[in-house]
Amino acid sequence: MSFEFTEENLRQVKEIVSRYPNTEAALLPVLHLAQDQVQAQGPEGYVSPDVLDHVAHVLDLPPVKVRQVATFYTMYNKAPVGRYHVQVCTNVACHLTGGVEIFEHFKKTLGVGNHGTTDDGLFTLEEVECLAACGTAPALQINDRYDLDNTIRYYEQTADNYEHVGNGQRRTSIAELIKWSDQIIDELRKKPEGRRS
Amino acid sequence: MNAKNYAPKTDLKILTAHLSDPELHTLKGYQRHGGYTALRKGLTKMTPDEIKAEVKAANIRGRGGAGFPAGIKWGFLPKETDKPIYLVINADEGEPGTFKDRLIMERNPHEFLEGCLLASYAIQAHTCYIYIRGELVSSIRRMNEAIGEARAAGLVGKNILGSGFDCEVYVHQGAGAYVCGEETALIESLEGKAGQPRNKPPFPALYGVFGCPTIVNNVETVAYVPWVVNNGGQAYADLGVERNGGLKLFGASGHVKNPGVWELPMGTSMRYLFEECAGGMRGNKPLKGIIPGGSSCPPMLPNELDTPLDFDAMMKAGTMMGTGCIAVFEEGVCTVKLAARIARFYKHESCGQCTPCREGTGWLFRQIQRLEAGEHIEGGLDFLDSICDRILGNTICALGDAAAMPIQGFIKKFRDEWEAHIGAGHCPVTVGMSGAKAVG
Repeated sequence: MSFEFTEENLRQVKEIVSRYPNTEAALLPVLHLAQDQVQAQGPEGYVSPDVLDHVAHVLDLPPVKVRQVATFYTMYNKAPVGRYHVQVCTNVACHLTGGVEIFEHFKKTLGVGNHGTTDDGLFTLEEVECLAACGTAPALQINDRYDLDNTIRYYEQTADNYEHVGNGQRRTSIAELIKWSDQIIDELRKKPEGRRS
Repeated sequence: MNAKNYAPKTDLKILTAHLSDPELHTLKGYQRHGGYTALRKGLTKMTPDEIKAEVKAANIRGRGGAGFPAGIKWGFLPKETDKPIYLVINADEGEPGTFKDRLIMERNPHEFLEGCLLASYAIQAHTCYIYIRGELVSSIRRMNEAIGEARAAGLVGKNILGSGFDCEVYVHQGAGAYVCGEETALIESLEGKAGQPRNKPPFPALYGVFGCPTIVNNVETVAYVPWVVNNGGQAYADLGVERNGGLKLFGASGHVKNPGVWELPMGTSMRYLFEECAGGMRGNKPLKGIIPGGSSCPPMLPNELDTPLDFDAMMKAGTMMGTGCIAVFEEGVCTVKLAARIARFYKHESCGQCTPCREGTGWLFRQIQRLEAGEHIEGGLDFLDSICDRILGNTICALGDAAAMPIQGFIKKFRDEWEAHIGAGHCPVTVGMSGAKAVG
């Protein structure tokens, strides 16, 4: 499938490029933009070789350079991913508070391993590194939504939801967290097809 | 120890003073609490050198974890240059266990932005890039909103507040690489390259982004600049202790009753943060240890709780203050398993440039993983220690050190437990992290 930026996104590319003294510096943000467009347009949501070549062309950079950068950074998907990218942190604070158990539970319920995608193309599961949400650990992020409460809950809104400064957080048992995670998956399965995030 | 001995020097709050205002993140909300008065004062009544002098007097040390004094860093810029000067903000918060910069960006973005503008003016930069970790989507959204509002109000862009000073501020989204928190890797990444650290010297102040003089500062560091401009550097320094000026954001996570972030004066004892702020342990199990300041800091034992939280005292205690966010763990936690998780993180994040780090971090992880399973390790703990020695100091950036130091710390502080794993055939710590399988 060949890829081209939409007219609107091409305008955005121009604006991004204008922030820097050369086009190379625009590469990371433009790759993000390309991935966003792919995800909005279709089910696979990754930066395929076609996408990378188009980005190279638009920014007038050697294609090999674009590939080098796309493969260095973990956030650019190099293979198709599910509509919901389920990211579970198991680093220090989450390791101590149930992140590992949550991750293991997701593996079982979704029937996939780390980086695996469910057959229906809905979910990709990933064990991620510290999401800077240690105060509300264990941390879970689905697409670009954080779980900002310490109960695992899928939020439609974002930053407004969390009180982070020493305010007597409610601690939830791991069993309860697992129950929540099941509810999230159920809710997402029922959601109509549409834009990913 | 009684409470008096460790009560903080002051109750003053700066960055967290108005967090209860649900509109603090908006321009209107921030201005209700005196927002942007420092910018007006700085731009219209002070010279760049005067602001530099105040920041130097404030003794504000780099809040990203390295603790380098910001005023001195600014002083490294060349006196004369025909190249543009850049301010780059390191908002690549990713040190495991750290969650303070996100709080600033999402709840008090304008005070941080005001700091960026004042710092830009002080160093005479007309472009400021805020490099935010790619995963922190809500921080990115909030900062873009704040910059948009400020631009519309004439606080960002051309001729700010009629002062004749121009400054553009842009958010640059990272894309998932812990190493980009290292300032030269961050610069490479900002330039659109793979984030591999540069050899130093030359330091960024002389040769930074796009080959131009560049200052890289942490979010929290510049967020304190507006207060310093309004109240004076000395007043800020006086809030803290010698050589460690002012207030700082501290966090507590893990097995504490009340995890969160608090703003306390530098030099406050860790016991206060742990007992009074975080409420002590969450359950009946006693405290086993603390990872202070992020996963790269060697762990501490309960008998070290009275260590003052400042860069020098923590160094003297054989660890590091790091980012000031502590991770607390209770009895029953297997420190080998915990260390294995940390080792795996550094193996994953090594950029692959230097052999000791690229090979060493993986080797270290595999050996600790074997130890965790109770396998026999030829050469024992001394062998593990020697792997760390071969990484330490032998790499371009500090990621290798960050991988080796905590492991050496765990071996030193929990030697018996680590020793007991060798050849035991299983993990001898009775209750693991609640029965989860090996971390690999």
